[in-house]
Parts: sequence; structure tokens; C-alpha cells
Amino acid sequence: MAIRLKEVALGYGSTIVQQGLSFAIRRGDVFIIMGGSGCGKSTVMRALTGLLAPRQGQVFLQDQSLWEVSEEARTQLLRGVGVMYQSGALWSSMTLEENIALPLEQYTPLSKQQINELAEYKLALVGLAGFGGYYPGQISGGMRKRVGVARAMALDPDILFFDEPSAGLDPLSARRLDDLILELRDSLGTTMVVITHDLDSLFLIGDDAVFLDAETHSMLTTGHPKQLRDHSEIDEVRAFLRRGES
Amino acid sequence: MPTAPLTTDDRAPESAPSIALVNRPDSGIALRLAGRWRLDQHIPRLSDLPGLIDRGSDDGAKAPSQPRQLSFETSALIDWDSALVTYVAGVERLCAERKIDYDPSALPEGLRSLLKMANLTNPPDEAAHDRGPSFLARVGLDIADLVRSTGEIMAFFGEGAIAVRHFLAGRARYRRSELWVIIQESGADALPIVSLVSFLVGMILGYIGDQQLAQFGARIYVADLVGLATVIQMGALITGIVLAGRTGAAFAARIGTMQVNEEIDALRTFGIPPMEFLVLPRMVALILMTPLLTLYADLLGILGGAFVGTVVGGVTLTAYLVQTQAAIGWNHIIQGLISATVYGAIVAASGCLRGMQCGRSAAAVGEATTSAVVTAIVFIVIAAAVLTVIFDAIGLSG
Repeated sequence: MAIRLKEVALGYGSTIVQQGLSFAIRRGDVFIIMGGSGCGKSTVMRALTGLLAPRQGQVFLQDQSLWEVSEEARTQLLRGVGVMYQSGALWSSMTLEENIALPLEQYTPLSKQQINELAEYKLALVGLAGFGGYYPGQISGGMRKRVGVARAMALDPDILFFDEPSAGLDPLSARRLDDLILELRDSLGTTMVVITHDLDSLFLIGDDAVFLDAETHSMLTTGHPKQLRDHSEIDEVRAFLRRGES
Repeated sequence: MPTAPLTTDDRAPESAPSIALVNRPDSGIALRLAGRWRLDQHIPRLSDLPGLIDRGSDDGAKAPSQPRQLSFETSALIDWDSALVTYVAGVERLCAERKIDYDPSALPEGLRSLLKMANLTNPPDEAAHDRGPSFLARVGLDIADLVRSTGEIMAFFGEGAIAVRHFLAGRARYRRSELWVIIQESGADALPIVSLVSFLVGMILGYIGDQQLAQFGARIYVADLVGLATVIQMGALITGIVLAGRTGAAFAARIGTMQVNEEIDALRTFGIPPMEFLVLPRMVALILMTPLLTLYADLLGILGGAFVGTVVGGVTLTAYLVQTQAAIGWNHIIQGLISATVYGAIVAASGCLRGMQCGRSAAAVGEATTSAVVTAIVFIVIAAAVLTVIFDAIGLSG
């Protein structure tokens, strides 16, 4: 398993966001985290990417307990993880090419020229070849998002997280991003964890999914998105996946 | 039959990524890819490949001088990621430059798909432009920027004047509770730093004065020197500069961040003028607070001088304070207060102007903050010089 959660509870201060989370993500799967607004999807992602320690339970990344290994081992584990944040979260003082080159400079023995070529290639993959010299402030929100994807892929991580990848993108760009997710999964065997509300996208790319509930602060079910839509016994899940039609 | 391979490095470990050229009988060559082509490995340099093609080898296995076709051989390829994808993309470019037929059919299917995806998404040519304008273009852009900036400054002060008119007429739209918070932040909260700096500057003036006046047996006049310098100019100047670094920078950062988060656009769409809602309370707060802080700074400066005058100069505290009182007139205090009011307005205007002009990125907020402090200090010093001449001309400094 690429990721496994065992009775995990998450929260901030005195607020419990999610509890009793137990699910596993297979290597090479596109795994969807879904649920209504405010149910804690992004909080779960923060826990899986080492940004938030669970209140209870354990998070296993590549079969190692993320919060029980040493700091050094955790850093090493997290090097195999790439994250595309909802806003792109690009470093505004660097050009797009420099944004992608930074992790490559830090963690690979490649030459400057090889790093530049890689950065250009990653930008080309997200449809932004030739934009390497631009700064984040000079491009649109959707383009920033695509650069965020390119940066998340910089080190060819084993696991890639996407927080609302298609939000704010035009339909063609959203579809191209879906294709890219599937292509990376098929070509490199990357495990993809995607937070999304976009039903077209999650039915197209999702191999497995978990549905989180904001009221009970817990997971309601797991399964293949289409099977959940057609056969789930939970009304809320069916309604969510059928746009309100039960 | 393939002939002997021409390799880049025969001593490389087996799993290290390597290339070798294999001649084909049909005047073509095959690039044999071997080992682990991953980002954490030392990848062969693409720039070595043309030399490898041209060089050939001593054993007669020289590659054709102009190979007709380049294909791949991947039986020894153990593992790959983007490192190989970018290398192969470079090989494809090289083939195009040297007019060699490029045959990627033997490459792993996933790699070909990724390459195709990157090629498919190539933008139109005009996207790959504009890495840097020419010198003349930069001069032109700078001039256009100056004209635009001047226009923005004029508009800022124009809108500011309208906001003040609305404020005086009681029609300005701002939150009174926020005005009080800003007054507290820019006034009371600045007392510790103003105290420290003013007291120490008073001491410095006292020391310098005492050293010089002691030569003439006129140490008591340290009180006149410190008192007049502080009340007429130094108190207001120090307060202005401290506020520029503290409060003006905070104004620029706050308003700049609101600009980045589109909060100012949101105000405008609701029909709330940012000039009244954001700038006016800050201007009012600093115009009110700077003179008060200056009076406080004057007092602390005089006490700093008194500390040196009594401890180092041997003058009694009573004599020092009586001498100070005799030296300072109302005209001097008024000069200081007028200066302070002007400096307060400059600090507030600089901070708010740079915040309103801020771009839409985190870096722009940093630039706006720096610019606010520099602008305020430069204009405070200019205003100090101009006011000194004006006060002298109207007989206020006599």
C-alpha cells in the first residue's frame, strides 16, 4: 500500500475535523477524497503530506508510520511526495522555471542545463512551454495552478497529491490535467491522491475513493466512484454523486 | 548485424545510466540506453552526443559521417523517469537539427506518450518570447512607468482631497472602531520605541554639547542646545522617522496584502471608496498622533540631555531645567508641532500610496513596504529643510 490510515483523528485546537479514519490507497491508483464543503478534505491531505500530526491513530506512508519515524526519516519519506496546492502556492519571487528547478537543484546531482531542460519539459507537460521566464504574478490563476502541478511533479514523486486540481480551469485545461494524471499513473506508476468536487473528473480518473462527512466528522464509505454512485446504500453519498438526484 | 558499440564511459557501474552507439547496416545508428535513468543519478550530458556520433572509434566501428536514421535500443534499460524523457527530447531536437531521421518506436510506450503529451502542448511561438526587453525598450518602459506612476500619485492625492472633504462634512464612509484601533496602534503602541530613541538622541546631543562647551566654561548652555534642537527639529524628525519605519511600513503591508487578496476590489464593487475606508482613517490617526508623540519625544529628549548635563557636566537638575525653560519659547514648540503634523501626513500618505499601488503578489507587498519607508524618509528630510526656511522667513524661529 502507498498510504494507509489506521483510526486517525484530526483537528485544530479544540475542534475535531475528522475521526475514525481508516482506509488504504493502493500503489498506482488514482484515489479520490470527496465530501461536502468543510468536511475536512484538505485537513486529511495536510495529515498525509506531513503538515499536520494526527491527534490519534497512525498514518503509514510506503508502509512506514509517518509520525513514529525519526525527523530525518520523515523528511526522506516526504521527498517521495509531491503536492499541488489549490492556489498553486508558487514562490512569487522566482520565475516559473526557477520554481520547478529549485527542488531539482536541492535533491538531484543534475547539471544546471539538465535541470533547465527538465523544468522546460515539466512546463510543456502542463501546456506552458516557453513561459519559464515569467513570474507567478504575470500569469493567470489557472496557469499558476498548472505550474503548481509541474512543480509538484518536479522530482517524479511516488505519490502526487492534488487539491482541487480542476477548480478554476477551463474545461479543456481540466480535461488535459485529467489526461496528465492518468498518463503519469500509467507511465511512471505514480500514486495519485486527488481532492475534487468535479464529478466528471472523478468518474473519469478515480480508481477508488473515500467519502467524508462534515456532520459526523467521519468517513461514510469507500469504493470505486461509479459503484458508489450506482450502488451505495448511503443516500448522502448517492445524492452527492448524482448531483442531488437520489 | 550491429557492430561494436561506441560508449560514453566503459568504467561506469552497471546500473548507472549510460549510452552507446550501435551502427546499423542501413547507414543508421541506434542509441543504446542502459542502466537506471532516474533523477537521482548522474545522467549523461546531451552535449556529448554529437561528439560521440562524429568521433567513431579506433576499432573501425566508426559511425557513418552523416547517419541516415537514429533509433533506440532499450534492452539494457533498467528503470527510467523524467530524466530519460528530457534526454530523449534532446536527442529528437538534435536529430532535427542534423537532418537525421528519428525513430522512437523502440522506446517504452509510456515514455513516448509523455513526450507526445509535452509536444502536443507546445504553445504558439509567440509564447516563447520576451525574456528581456532591449535597452531602448527598457528606457521607454521606465518612462511610461514614471508617467503612469505620476498619474497614480496625482489621482491618489485628488481622491484624498475628496475624502478629506467628505470627512469634514461628516459623510466619509469608514469604521470609527477601526479609526480608534489605528490611533492606538500608531500612537500609544509606539511610545516605547519613541521613548528609547528620543532619550538616547537627547543624551548624544548632550554629550557632544558638553564636550565643546566645557572648553569655554559654559556647560550650562548644554540645556539650551539640547532643548532647542529637540523641540524645534529633532523631536519631530525622530518621531517621523520612527513612525515611517514602524507605522508607514505596516500601512503599506496591510493595504498591499488587501490588494493581493482582492479585498480592495471587493470594497470597490460594493461602492465603498478605499480612499475613505482605508486611507482616511490612517491619515487622520497619524496627523493626530504624530504631534502628540513629538511632544512626548521632546520631553524624553530633554530628560536625556539633563541626564548627561547633571551626571557628566555637574550641573544641578534644577539649574538645567530652569535654563531649558528660559531657552525654549512657544514659537519653538509651534515649529516642532507644525513639522510633526507634516511628517505624520507624509508617513501616512507614503504608506497608503505604496500599499494602494502594490502589485498582486507576495513579492510586491515586500517592495511596497520598502518603498513606503524610503519615500517617507526622503520626503521627511526634504520637508524639514523646506520648513526650516519657511519658519525663518516668517520670523517664527527668532
